[in-house]
Amino acid sequence: MDLFTGTLVRLAPSHDTQYLRLLDSEPQPQLTEARIRKEDETRGLPDGKGFGFDIRALAEDRLLGFVYLGIINWIDRDAWTAIAIGERDSWGQGFGTDAMRITLRYAFSELHLHRVTLSVFSNNTRAIRSYEKAGFRHEGRIREAMRRDGAFFDILQMGILRAEWQG
Amino acid sequence: MTSVFETQLFIGKNIRFAAPDPGTDAAVESKWTEDAAYLHAIGIRPAYPLPVNVVKKQHEEDQKEANKNHLFRWAVRLREDDRLIGWAKISNFEWTHHIGVVALGIGMSDDRRKGFGAEALGMLLRYAFDELNLHRLRAVVPGYNDGAQRFFARFGFVEEVRRREALLLNGQRYDDVWMGLLQREWRT
Repeated sequence: MDLFTGTLVRLAPSHDTQYLRLLDSEPQPQLTEARIRKEDETRGLPDGKGFGFDIRALAEDRLLGFVYLGIINWIDRDAWTAIAIGERDSWGQGFGTDAMRITLRYAFSELHLHRVTLSVFSNNTRAIRSYEKAGFRHEGRIREAMRRDGAFFDILQMGILRAEWQG
Repeated sequence: MTSVFETQLFIGKNIRFAAPDPGTDAAVESKWTEDAAYLHAIGIRPAYPLPVNVVKKQHEEDQKEANKNHLFRWAVRLREDDRLIGWAKISNFEWTHHIGVVALGIGMSDDRRKGFGAEALGMLLRYAFDELNLHRLRAVVPGYNDGAQRFFARFGFVEEVRRREALLLNGQRYDDVWMGLLQREWRT
């Protein structure tokens, strides 16, 4: 079994380090961000060592998006993850969920982490559902963390423990 | 009515907020880092004592960040004898969303439980909400720091996030707690 292959997608080496700073109009030299267009956004990830992967469909090796596992705290064995499926046409087909499963397998069986953390916008129901399917539990809500188009949005925090991961 | 020009943001009852003075502060702060319990309490792990030149370097980095408005950090000094007793800061800003993170520490255990931390936090919140016009703040509280969550709760912070088993200390798992305070909650 290939560590980086799922049922719909595989994780491939990413050569595009610029992806980690995409869509940010203001340069933030001490921050590295992975952001999904219109989808979920990890907040203020500091510049740190991490693992970034392209997500490629098994069919035709089409590039679908990007997944990141980083800000690894080796003392506490905790890491953050962020995922992006770029094209709207590729949403809702299980690609993200499959990619996240591969990422969690990497986190728990290869890196031997204790938990993985992520954040997601409260109105990103599709992503929240996907993370729940992958085993993430809700850990809280940062109230009015984002102001967009005159409205406030919350950011949800989710986490998965090793014991909750079904390898 | 108090004139807006009579506002004293940096002077409290027993303490004052001062600009960090790397020349003299670094030696005092270096001593604090020899107390692992202090480092753990302020969330620094692994604990490791810092030599004076490293503390000075950190101050230089902080000043660079401060110049970009990425960080506001004060030395907390006793008004009585001008002794440096701690630090207070607001950092990790997301300006478009008007949010920041507050943190503070009192270096020596003999200086704690005297109300200085509470005074400092009150001043910090006033600066954050009235001077920086922030919308909300976060305080990060390690689950092994018993008093810290109660301390922030006194000022209206509520627990928003509990990252389960995120910390491993002395062979035991603790949660990492994020507390939040909205400007309108502070004002009332």
